[in-house]
Amino acid sequence: MTNKPSRITRLVIWGLFALLLIVAPLIFTKGASLSLLSQMGTIMIFGLSYNMLLGQGGMLSFGHAVYSGLGAFCAIHAMNLAAAGTFPIPVTLIPLVGGVAGMGFGVLFGYVTTKKSGTTFAMITLGLVELVFASSLMLPGFFGGEGGIATNRVIGSPFLGITYGPQIQVYYLIAFWLFISTIGMYAFTHTPLGRMANAVRDNPERVEFVGYDTQWVRYLTLILSAFFAGISGGLSAINFEIVSAENVSALRSGLILLYTFIGGVGFFFGPMIGAVIGIFLTVMLSDYTKAWQLYLGAFFIIMVMYVPGGLASLVMQNVRLLKFGMLRRVWRHFAPLCVAGFIAFAGVVAMIEMLYHRALDADSGPTMTLFAWPVDTSAAMPWAIAVLLVIVGALGVRWLGRGFQSVWSDVNTEIEEAMRRAAA
Amino acid sequence: MEFVLITLLNGLSYGLLLFMLSSGLTLIFSMMGVLNFAHASFYMLGAYFAYVVSSHFGFWPALVLAPLGVGVIGALIERYGLRAVHKHGHVHELLFTFGLSYVVVEIVKLTWGLSAVAYPIPPELDGPLFTLYTTTFPIYKGFMMLVAVLMLVAIFLVLTRTRIGLVIQASLTHPDMAEALGHNVPRVFMLVFGGGCALAGLAGVIGGNAFVTEPGMAATVGSIIFVVVVVGGMGSLLGALSASLLIGILQTYAVAIDYSLLNLLSKFGLDVSPDAIGYTVLSLTVSQVAPILPYLLLVLILIFRPRGLMGVREG
Repeated sequence: MTNKPSRITRLVIWGLFALLLIVAPLIFTKGASLSLLSQMGTIMIFGLSYNMLLGQGGMLSFGHAVYSGLGAFCAIHAMNLAAAGTFPIPVTLIPLVGGVAGMGFGVLFGYVTTKKSGTTFAMITLGLVELVFASSLMLPGFFGGEGGIATNRVIGSPFLGITYGPQIQVYYLIAFWLFISTIGMYAFTHTPLGRMANAVRDNPERVEFVGYDTQWVRYLTLILSAFFAGISGGLSAINFEIVSAENVSALRSGLILLYTFIGGVGFFFGPMIGAVIGIFLTVMLSDYTKAWQLYLGAFFIIMVMYVPGGLASLVMQNVRLLKFGMLRRVWRHFAPLCVAGFIAFAGVVAMIEMLYHRALDADSGPTMTLFAWPVDTSAAMPWAIAVLLVIVGALGVRWLGRGFQSVWSDVNTEIEEAMRRAAA
Repeated sequence: MEFVLITLLNGLSYGLLLFMLSSGLTLIFSMMGVLNFAHASFYMLGAYFAYVVSSHFGFWPALVLAPLGVGVIGALIERYGLRAVHKHGHVHELLFTFGLSYVVVEIVKLTWGLSAVAYPIPPELDGPLFTLYTTTFPIYKGFMMLVAVLMLVAIFLVLTRTRIGLVIQASLTHPDMAEALGHNVPRVFMLVFGGGCALAGLAGVIGGNAFVTEPGMAATVGSIIFVVVVVGGMGSLLGALSASLLIGILQTYAVAIDYSLLNLLSKFGLDVSPDAIGYTVLSLTVSQVAPILPYLLLVLILIFRPRGLMGVREG
C-alpha cells in the first residue's frame, strides 16, 4: 500500500520547501508578520521534535518544554558569555549550544522517564516538568527568578554585514536551522532507530521478542528529540532575547501537545501545519478575543473526537480523493455540511463572546462590537439570533451529515476496491 | 513536641484531602484505564457549585448537591464525549480529558469571573476544636479528616460488599463475560466515571473553603494528584491513601523547617564560604525546597520501586 514518492518528487518537495522559506517574508510583509513567521519557525522545530516522541515513538509527553526551555537557558547564558568575551561563539551557532544542552538534559532525564511507556510515561513527564519549573524559581542564579534572563543578540563584529539586529536576519537564521533540522528529523524516520521507534510504538511486546530493548529505543529517541527541542529553544532565545521560567513550564509543554496533535501526529509534516495554526490561534486570536483558550481547547477536543489524525490527515484524505478522481463527488456533499457547521459555529461564537463581555467586561457597558457590528448584550434580540443560528446550524449538520457519511463510506469502499484491483 | 504534633495533624488533614482527590482518579484509572487529566477541573467545579448552592441554601445541602451535580456532569461527559473516543485507545482518551481541562477552566472564568469568590467556612464549623499546648486546631480540619475517612470506608464497602460493587469489579476484570451475563458494561463505566468525578467534587466542596475558590485552583493540585497516583501505584486505592498521607505530611513538615544543608555542615564544623561551588544549592532551606519534594519523591520511586508503593503490576 505504500506508494513511495520517487527521488525527483522528493527533491522537488524539499526544493519547494526551501523556496517557501526564502520567499515567505517577501509575501507576508505586514507589520507583525515577520515576527509571527519567526515564531512559527521555532515552533515548527519544536513540534517536529515533539512528534518524534508522540507520532513516531508513541510517547505522550506532557513535559517536552523542559528540553527546549533548558536549551534556551543554556543558549542565553552562552550569548551573555560571548558578549562578555569569555566564550567566543558566533550567534549563528548559538542554537547548537541549545541543542547540545537539550540533549544533555535528555540523557539525564530521559533515563528516568523512558523506563515506562503509555500513560505512566505521560504522568512522569508531567512530574518532571513541574520539578524543573519549581526548581527554576528556587535557583534564581541560573534561571533569573521571576523576571528571567535577558540578553542582546547583536554581539561581536558583523560577518558579511550580518549583525542579527534586524528581524529579517533573525528570520533567515531560523529558516536556515528549520531547514537543517527538518532534514535531520526526516532522515531520522528512515534510520533503523526511527523504524524501531515505530515498531516500539505499535507492538512493544513483539519488539522485545525480536531481541530489542524497548526502553533503550525509547531512550535514544528521546535524546535525539531533546536535541532538536534544544535547537528550537536556542532559536527562541535569539528571537525574543529573553528566557524566563515560563519556557520550562507545563503550560508551554501542553501548548506544543495541542499544536502537534491539531496538526496531525500520523504524518511527518503534521506538526508544521500545527505550528502555523497554533501560532495563528494563540497570537492572532488573543488579540481579538479573551476566549481564545476556550476556542483552542474546544477545537482540540473536536479534533480528538472526530479527526484523530489531525489536519494533516484531512489534507492527505483529500489528496487521495483527488488521485482517484472523486474529490468533486465528496465535496458536493461536504461543502453544504461545512456551511451548516459554520452557521452553528457563528452562533456559538456569538454566544461565547457575549457571555465573556458580560462576565469580564461589564464595566464598559452592555454594548460590544461583535463581527464589526455593535451589539447590545443586555437586549434579548442578539441572544435569540445566536440561539437560532446554533439550532439551524446543528439541525443542518445532523441532516446533511447523514448524507455525507453514506457518500464517504461509499467512496472509501470504492477506493479500496480500486486499489485491490490495481494490486492484483 | 508541640510543633511535631500540630504539623503532623496538619499534614494528615492535607494528606486526606489529597486522598479524596486522588481516590476518584485512581478508581477511574483502575476501572477504565482512563487517566482523567481533567480530574482537578472537576474538583474546581465542585468548589464553585458548592459556592453557588451554599450562598442560597447553606453549606449542608451543598455538601450533598454539589458532588451530585459534578457526578452528573462527569457521567454526561463520559456518555457523549469519552465513549466516542474510546475506540481510538487510551492515549486519545487522555488527550480528550486534557482538552477538557482547558475548556473547564475557561468556562469557570466565563461564569464566575477571574478573581476568587467568597465561599466561607460555615459558622458552625468555624472555631477551635481543641488546643494542643498553645496551638489551637480548627474544627474544620477535623471535619475534613472525618469526611475523608467516611469516604474511604464507604468506597471500600460499596466495592466489596454490594452487588453493584461486584458488577463493577467483574466489568473491570472480565468485561466480555460481564456483558454476556446481561450487565450493561458501558453503563457501568459511565457510573464509575460519574462516581469518580463526584468524589473529586466532594473534595472540592471541602477544599474550596479550606483554601481559596478561584480559577487557578485546579492547576495548583493538578500535578500533585498525578504524583500521588504514580507513587501509590497505578490503580491501587490503598496505595493512593498511603501516598497522599506521605506527601501531605512530608510537605507540611518541609514548609515549616527553616534549615539548609549549610546549617547541617556548620554543625560538623564545616563552614562553606559564599564563593564556593554549589553554595546556592547548599544555602537553600528545606522550606524553599518543599514545592519540589513530591516530584523528587516521584523520580526516586520510579528509580527504586517502579510499580509504586502498593502497585501490583508494572504500568
